[in-house]
Amino acid sequence: MLEVDKDRARHAVQPQHAFLVTLKVNGEEHRLNVDARTTLLDALRDRLHLTGTKKGCGLGQCGACTIIVDGRRVVSCLTLAVMNQGKEITTIEGLANGALHPVQQAFIEHDAFQCGYCTPGQIMSAVGLIQEGRTRSDDEIRENMSGNLCRCGAYTNIVDAIKDAIAHGLDPREAMTQAVEAIAQDAGREA
Amino acid sequence: MNVPLKAIGQPVSRVDGPDKVQGHARYAAEFDQPDLMHAAMVLSTIPSGTITAIETKAARSAPGVHAVITHENAPRLPYAPMAKRPQVDAQGGDQLKVFQDPTIRFNGQPVAVVVAETLEQAVHAADLVRVSYEHADGHTTFDRARGRAPSRGNEKAGRPADTEIGDADAALKSAAVSIDANYVQAREHHNAIEPHATIAAWDGDHLTLHDKTQWPDNDRDEIAHVFGIKKENIHVVSPFVGGAFGSALRTWPHVTVAALAARVVQRPVRLELTRRQCYTSIGFRPHTEQRVALGAAADGTLTAIVQEAFGQTATYEEYAETTLDPARNTYACPNVRTRYRLIEMNTNSPCPMRSPGVATGMLALETAMDELAVALRMDPLELRLKNYADRDQHKNLPWSSKELRACYRVAAERFGWSERTPEPRSMRRNGHLIGYGMATAVYPSHRAKASAAATLLRDGTALIRTAGSDMGPGTYTSMTQVAAETLGLPVERVRIELGDTDMPYAPVHGGSITMASVGTAVQAACQALLDDLAGVVKASPDPRLAAFKAGTPEWRDGGLAGPGGVISFAELMEGLGFDRITAEGQSAPGNESKTHSSAAFGAVFAEVEVDPDFGTVRVPRIVGAYDIGRVVNPKTARSQCVGGMVQGVGMALLEQAEWDERFGRPMNGNLAEYVVPVCADIRSLDVTFVPGEDTIFNPLGVKGVAELGLSGVSAAIGNAVYHATGRRVREFPILPERLLMG
Repeated sequence: MLEVDKDRARHAVQPQHAFLVTLKVNGEEHRLNVDARTTLLDALRDRLHLTGTKKGCGLGQCGACTIIVDGRRVVSCLTLAVMNQGKEITTIEGLANGALHPVQQAFIEHDAFQCGYCTPGQIMSAVGLIQEGRTRSDDEIRENMSGNLCRCGAYTNIVDAIKDAIAHGLDPREAMTQAVEAIAQDAGREA
Repeated sequence: MNVPLKAIGQPVSRVDGPDKVQGHARYAAEFDQPDLMHAAMVLSTIPSGTITAIETKAARSAPGVHAVITHENAPRLPYAPMAKRPQVDAQGGDQLKVFQDPTIRFNGQPVAVVVAETLEQAVHAADLVRVSYEHADGHTTFDRARGRAPSRGNEKAGRPADTEIGDADAALKSAAVSIDANYVQAREHHNAIEPHATIAAWDGDHLTLHDKTQWPDNDRDEIAHVFGIKKENIHVVSPFVGGAFGSALRTWPHVTVAALAARVVQRPVRLELTRRQCYTSIGFRPHTEQRVALGAAADGTLTAIVQEAFGQTATYEEYAETTLDPARNTYACPNVRTRYRLIEMNTNSPCPMRSPGVATGMLALETAMDELAVALRMDPLELRLKNYADRDQHKNLPWSSKELRACYRVAAERFGWSERTPEPRSMRRNGHLIGYGMATAVYPSHRAKASAAATLLRDGTALIRTAGSDMGPGTYTSMTQVAAETLGLPVERVRIELGDTDMPYAPVHGGSITMASVGTAVQAACQALLDDLAGVVKASPDPRLAAFKAGTPEWRDGGLAGPGGVISFAELMEGLGFDRITAEGQSAPGNESKTHSSAAFGAVFAEVEVDPDFGTVRVPRIVGAYDIGRVVNPKTARSQCVGGMVQGVGMALLEQAEWDERFGRPMNGNLAEYVVPVCADIRSLDVTFVPGEDTIFNPLGVKGVAELGLSGVSAAIGNAVYHATGRRVREFPILPERLLMG
């Protein structure tokens, strides 16, 4: 277990608000004291110094803070750190495994960003959608990526990058299996 | 002599791409400091009046709170006047001085800041501050009757109240065909996805600012004047900017708030604007209403252009735009009259937003041109070609380069303009009305004094440093290419550092001037480095270098060419015994702006698909062809153009602040209710660059891109909507209700 909370004094909170939580991020467990009001986004950025996850609005409207929690896409500004104990959290920093993830590589090749601020959220959404099998046509990609705003206007390049990653970087059989699982999970949840 | 490696012109992928896709690029709010505290602002809730009481006791005693700063206890700040007002500031009036008096000038004005150990504590305590006001009469309505001429500062900055050549009104009266219409452009907000943020840290009387800024050097200068300290005592760091589109050109009051808070608590402080605060704590594109009247001979030759604009500004500052520039020089016309008036309102100050003024002016002018084409029963493209401006008639100067005819031709061909049937409502597909529209795009090209340093390191790689920013256009990448080509190195062996006032001076990263200004400085620095190196080689007693001394040095393949082959930079450095050698280069505008007028040009064609029952408009495709001079990187330049098209879709169809006149504030200050284009709104965007180089304008031959990309787009879409429906909506954005009622 990684002890990251060197700055505990700095984050001293009133006892009635403080919770000792364990967050499992990118395969590593972190124990830290958080305020009950701390969003998962702020915990990642300000406490674990994983600033790749971006804050764009704090209202769940822009998608910049998208991460993957237990296999599902989540806007991390709308969930509290204390609600995410024991869950598998993947952020942009956890995506590259030695080499860049195919979606990351495709974003570079297709110039699917300019300022780069919405980019981690775009990539995490794309990775989640591909895993869920929700990227079967251009229109489906456009519709499902519409929760991630890009003010620089890289949308056409983003769509091209995602299609390219699917075509060249990801095993379609794997994607299909994951799609079936995702649908089954959804069905289970709705039931 | 340098044998070019042809780095310039190549579609190099962004050199900062790997950092950005892995979340390693760090933006202003992401530089952790030891003992960092967090600030949360309290904003006024009335547009005009005076604070009569401000109750901070509950906030002060809230957990974790170190300070609550208001006008009652804030240190008095010098706010020393600057010798020359930076061009990014409003050119009239006086900036907002934070916490220096109880006067309320607009709704959303900072009235207090809470500084606490954690963000949650600061935000909570800010909620506990209670402010009482005495209301005063203000102005929250856009009332043309109150329009007044810009003051002298704005006149001098190229925003004249009135201009005229010939006699436009007389020519209008006697014109064979004329149109006369009013157009409304909504207040728009930049909404870069990165909110503005500042981390301020004092060390004695030295201040470090990690700030979101498009101009680190001016940020430093502004804050030095606010606090009355030497600018050398301030260090601004801003390596990455998460979009800005003009919102980070100038230094806003919250930067002072952050620095002030850090000074009071004597700890580093971070102040990050919330999304809602980004609607009142920074600027916006002003609501503008315009009249355009055009007169023409029966063959389409323009005989009169009258364009009048009313723009909103704040009461405390006078912000004006170059809204009427396009009227004066886009088309050849012997009689042109412009009139510009400002309407003071109790609002935060407007500021430049991508293609400032020009996008607004072009929207009206290019819509009016479409109306004139209809009145003439003439093809809109033919009308533009008929009135092609071979000179800048306002300045009475030739263009340094202009390939607009090629833009019209290429874009029309790629779009399939010849398939357009001229009658409105004459094209249909799948039950939808289809419309084709077009517009001219133009944005003036400027350059400013800039400098850069080029360093050759012992391993034969180069490091380029300049204080300029990269808010997204790809400055890191394009500067790498300029340096690589000048030095004869592969791009992989050049590294760039930007956004730091410890680096050589760079001008504002705005107005599309960066490539022509900083790019030429990088080129000059690299050339100076090679010259210095050649001098050292010539003077060296090392016998191994003897063969490389004859004649003009030839730099290629990552080194110096001689009779026996190339000696690499690494070998040279080794032989000379240098760890590093650095040269600075400067560039500055020359006489070219006195002998020529410079601008980037384009032609934009749009197709729309309108649902006749619901009035919803979709944009299946936009085609643009652009003359931007020499293209340094077609990949990143294309991205700027498609980005402009996307923002043009927003301007044409979606974006507007919902201004509440009762409270004097935008009521939709968030990204769900202020509607920006999303992925599903955008289909095919096609960009072509026509060949061209503008070496009169600058040695690199480049012109600007970013502003141009937005210019004309919204008019092309609006004109397509007219063609599809036969309805002319003159109030933008073209919302479904406006189209159905229009």
